[in-house]
Amino acid sequence: MVAGSTALLILSGVLTYLYLGARADGDTAEMLFRSDWTWYSSLNIKLSLGVDGISVAMLLLSSVIVFTGTFASWKLKDQTKDFFLWFCLLSLGVFGFFITIDLFTMFMFYEIALIPMYLLIGHWGSGRKEYSAMKLTLMLMGASALLLAGILGIYFSSGATTMNILEIAQLHNIPMNAQLLFFPLTFVGFGVLGALFPFHTWSPDGHASAPTAVSMLHAGVLMKLGGYGCFRIAMYLMPEAANELGWIFLILTTISVVYGAYSAIVQTDLKYINAYSSVSHCGLVLFAILMTNQTATTGAVIQMLSHGLMTALFFALIGMIYGRTHTRDIRELAGLMKVMPFLSVCYVIAGLANLGLPGFSGFVAEMTIFVGSFEHVDLFHRVITIIATSSIVITAVYILRLVGRSIYGEVKNPEFLKLKDATWDERVSVIVLVISIAALGILPLWMNNMIGDSVLPIVNTLVSR
Amino acid sequence: MKEEVSLVGVIAILFLYDLIAGEKGRKYFSLITCLLLGGHIIYNFLPTSTSGAVFGGMYYYTPMMTIIKSILTFGTLIVVMQADTWLRREDTKFKQGEFYVLLLSTLLGMFFMIASGHFLMFFIGLEMASIPMATLIAFDKYKHDSAEAGGKYILTAMFSSALLLFGLSLLYGACGTLYFDDIPATLDGNLMQMAAFVFFLAGIGFKISIVPFHLWTADVYQGAPTSVTSFLSVVSKGSAVFVLLTILMKVFAPMVQEWQIIIYGLIVVTITIGNLFAIRQKNIKRFLAFSSISQAGYILLGVIGGTQLGMSSLVYYVLVYMVANLAIFGVVSIIEQRTGMINIEDYNGLYLTNPKLSFLTTLALFSLAGIPPFAGFFSKFFVFMAAFEKGFYVLVIIALLNTIISLYYYLLLVKAMYINKSDSPIESFKSDCYTRTSLVICLIGIVCLGLAGVVYETISLFGYGM
Repeated sequence: MVAGSTALLILSGVLTYLYLGARADGDTAEMLFRSDWTWYSSLNIKLSLGVDGISVAMLLLSSVIVFTGTFASWKLKDQTKDFFLWFCLLSLGVFGFFITIDLFTMFMFYEIALIPMYLLIGHWGSGRKEYSAMKLTLMLMGASALLLAGILGIYFSSGATTMNILEIAQLHNIPMNAQLLFFPLTFVGFGVLGALFPFHTWSPDGHASAPTAVSMLHAGVLMKLGGYGCFRIAMYLMPEAANELGWIFLILTTISVVYGAYSAIVQTDLKYINAYSSVSHCGLVLFAILMTNQTATTGAVIQMLSHGLMTALFFALIGMIYGRTHTRDIRELAGLMKVMPFLSVCYVIAGLANLGLPGFSGFVAEMTIFVGSFEHVDLFHRVITIIATSSIVITAVYILRLVGRSIYGEVKNPEFLKLKDATWDERVSVIVLVISIAALGILPLWMNNMIGDSVLPIVNTLVSR
Repeated sequence: MKEEVSLVGVIAILFLYDLIAGEKGRKYFSLITCLLLGGHIIYNFLPTSTSGAVFGGMYYYTPMMTIIKSILTFGTLIVVMQADTWLRREDTKFKQGEFYVLLLSTLLGMFFMIASGHFLMFFIGLEMASIPMATLIAFDKYKHDSAEAGGKYILTAMFSSALLLFGLSLLYGACGTLYFDDIPATLDGNLMQMAAFVFFLAGIGFKISIVPFHLWTADVYQGAPTSVTSFLSVVSKGSAVFVLLTILMKVFAPMVQEWQIIIYGLIVVTITIGNLFAIRQKNIKRFLAFSSISQAGYILLGVIGGTQLGMSSLVYYVLVYMVANLAIFGVVSIIEQRTGMINIEDYNGLYLTNPKLSFLTTLALFSLAGIPPFAGFFSKFFVFMAAFEKGFYVLVIIALLNTIISLYYYLLLVKAMYINKSDSPIESFKSDCYTRTSLVICLIGIVCLGLAGVVYETISLFGYGM
């Protein structure tokens, strides 16, 4: 698994390099490295592969998180083989989703990524694991049922001869009434995974009960599938409906942003705090893509990367702390800085990145999003942007409260004094994530350009209709 | 005619073998049956691309019928393999031959039912498939449950046959003919013809166990020997649903508006009621009975459009459903034979003692629930496509939401095996080679039928629409 995930990491690095090289050579096709295999010719189903800047960024993120997740579950003892089998299936779904550009195969990989979750949480999880696993699986599968209806609707009403996204976007002849029916289905279908407001309830329970690596991959990558899918399928293929109905979803996402942040304040379990924080940040992703301009959308993709890395770091650290202290209650944890300085320092770094300190990725992402959102001149967008911006302050409240309570202060529980700091495998995992966050925060330009170029055709479709 | 003739040959050989083989020869009975059936499948496998009629239009053959017959024979072959352990028991050992002959006669009846071009032929086929079935269900005749189930089955079967015959007589009165070719010209959807159609549907709905004709299903499935239950749930159901499709498309084509409404309603109640009842079941065979009722609803999604896509996806669905369901029944059967346990609670902690069996069951359940990359996902996707193509949006969404309920109860079984702890789990055992072979075949089917597009492509070559 270590070898495999390292290979993945290297491969995605190579892919990024090749991609940037091809773009630098002036290749302006929307998707690069295209290849098609016919799968079901009588149903026009093909396995079409291709990547653009957004998917390259997502692949890079996924491979970093799979790599660090493997290291973070180094100490797993219980049925290791099975754990990694399901973990591999989960990663397969995630990677497959980002490289395909065909509605059928995208949907297939999306579902492949969901189902291993049940066993991973139900068997290796902690707390109310059976309840959470069932809730998560059923809610996400329910979403995928809506999504399937949406996808079939797109395919049949577009009159396309393949399920290829590019072709359907080019044809662009889904009638308006069909769009108004299928856009909400598709958007909500993906939105549930992106923790859209009334449907976010699976996320806190699921993340809190999942084992460390799974929380990392789930919050870090899987929730991004939602945002990616909303953008690439729902909005790209049905731009008129997106413009028409966007305001409803903007309000919902604003609620998720603010509500998620407020909920995080009152939680006492480290994982719950982080899970609600994820709801808030993923809500921001959906918020930004609904703004339909290049700046905000680029910000959304950077936010996906940044949140993925940060939250993975958080969950990794929480897993490591929990493995030592056997509690995640911030009222019982205190003075961790004195017993495990390495982990605590990294926790503070993650917290600061999360509240958007300049120099880390969170700042770049949120800055871009809010600048982009404020480009809209009408009152509705401005007001809603201001409301969403308030989440930054609330984020600072819960992060600083958490850090102050559990990291600093006197050690309350004498048992904790015996605990050891991170081992080498944990250090690898944490350091890789911290470096990635800092790199994205310090040198965002190349990523920004890569994403910005790829976002442009989609945004143009949205704006011109 | 090829399939029927060679199947009659197989039955005759087995019958004679039963007469001449002594105590020793009986040991090889299942091997011989498997080989003969395998040969039968290979002999009939390649569909002839011609279609036509014999006996003055009483008997039809099309390539699609050959395919569905091969699929049903394949299912029967797996059932025979899985029945071996059960048949070797002391109380059934001496009547092995009867089991095979009766089983294959049922299959022969289904063949005639599928190939019929006249309602009398259809009725003969249906009866030929029902009456030996009742004896099979009551095969463990000293067991109270089995005998009761046989009685229940024969009574309901007779009742539904009576309804069907009444419908046919009305149809004859309205149209003056029972030939499939001649009826459509005389249909105009008047009240008498509607009544005839409804009675016909009730009769065939009993075989498919569509709600509201499903009431026998759970009791019979529970009481019958497990191998017979699996035969009932896949082969019997698969043949009936195919016949329903061909008759609706061919005979009742002029009444398409009317029957689409009726089938629409039936699909909604079948899927929903099957799913809701499955949640509460404690006995795994009753659980699978309700699961198979709701699966029948999904299969009907392929019927409602009456399109080429619908027919191909239906046949494909039957195949995929067959391998998944037979895999589960194989596991249930072997566990019942070895330990006598048939409650879902007994499966708690199965993964720790029998990891391979529970892994296979999990994959099969995922396939039934429609989770990729297993075959069930593809077949569900295709039937949804078939219904969606014809504009049944709401129906598809109802069916999709029902998949979540079904996922819930399938996961309950997965949870029992993987997550629940048990004080007295089923002990680990080694299954015999017939069961193992059949399970491996099912596993290959579950994994490969969807990923290899060629299976569906081959089927869809011969599909036809209304």
